[in-house]
Amino acid sequence: MRRPASLSLATLSLAMALWLTVPAAAQEEQSTAPFAYRQLDDPAKEQQAQALMETLRCLQCQGQSIADSDAPIAGSMRSLVRERIAAGEQPEAIRGWLIERYGDYVSYAPQLTSLTWPLFALPVVLIGLAALLLRKRFRRGEVR
Amino acid sequence: MSPPVRTKAPAWAIWLPLGLFLAFAALVTIGLFRPADRTVASTLIGKPMPAFALPPALPDRPGLGSADIASGKPHLVNIFASWCIPCRVEAPQLRALAGAGVPIVGISVRDSTEALTGFLKENGDPYQRIGADDDGKVQLALGSSGVPETYVIDGRGVIRYQHIGEIRPEHVAMILAKLQEASQ
Repeated sequence: MRRPASLSLATLSLAMALWLTVPAAAQEEQSTAPFAYRQLDDPAKEQQAQALMETLRCLQCQGQSIADSDAPIAGSMRSLVRERIAAGEQPEAIRGWLIERYGDYVSYAPQLTSLTWPLFALPVVLIGLAALLLRKRFRRGEVR
Repeated sequence: MSPPVRTKAPAWAIWLPLGLFLAFAALVTIGLFRPADRTVASTLIGKPMPAFALPPALPDRPGLGSADIASGKPHLVNIFASWCIPCRVEAPQLRALAGAGVPIVGISVRDSTEALTGFLKENGDPYQRIGADDDGKVQLALGSSGVPETYVIDGRGVIRYQHIGEIRPEHVAMILAKLQEASQ
């Protein structure tokens, strides 16, 4: 009585396992860039590269950083970052190179530009405003 | 001890929170129904094409270098791949452009010779040269964020226009106009 049930369960799980492996039928070739999936030998440089990769946007899967993404173009970008770090380039220079091509959107680290300065100025303005309001309050207390 | 002086707020102030909330709700609704365009365009338009030299993707055809493009005549540089579905969609339009005498060169991204040969046999072959960008580095140098993309390059090698996504039949006239513009 039980056997057919467990058999069909086994068939089902096998079918599911097969189904899960099949869709990998490469819609896109994996990145073959040398350092897409390989870390740099020098741990200090790899750490530098990793820190930079975490703040660069994957152009295809736009919520992710290139360190997190498995998209082929992210692989190419990781390799580009690692090769340039290995060649002694500064992380911010590499970020600049990418921004020059893709605009600020490619970087997760906000840059101070003519467009973004209000973001940085607003907290200062709000603190100033709060100080002003509080000063009035305290002064009224003194008079009383 | 006198009671503290209280300044009376104006009558309209009571509507202020509701007004702010409605404004916020309107902003969210607009964002929901008209999402911002998240296409990442190259910021190299109007600048010279970065220098590169790519090996041939096919044994019987030359590879592609930036010097080949800055040869005095406007070119189309098509970034494509055999694994890319929209590239099949734009193939007839590229054939039509090549038929109209437009020099088209290709950069095949992360591709293999066999897959590429099959793709060209199936979809036609408008390319004068095809460079193999196996690690995708030239694609990054050009500020391209995907395939297919097509660049209009003028005779001096300056990038004049970037078409993101497949060239549909309704885009052909516009591409020809851009090439005409680039030749002046």
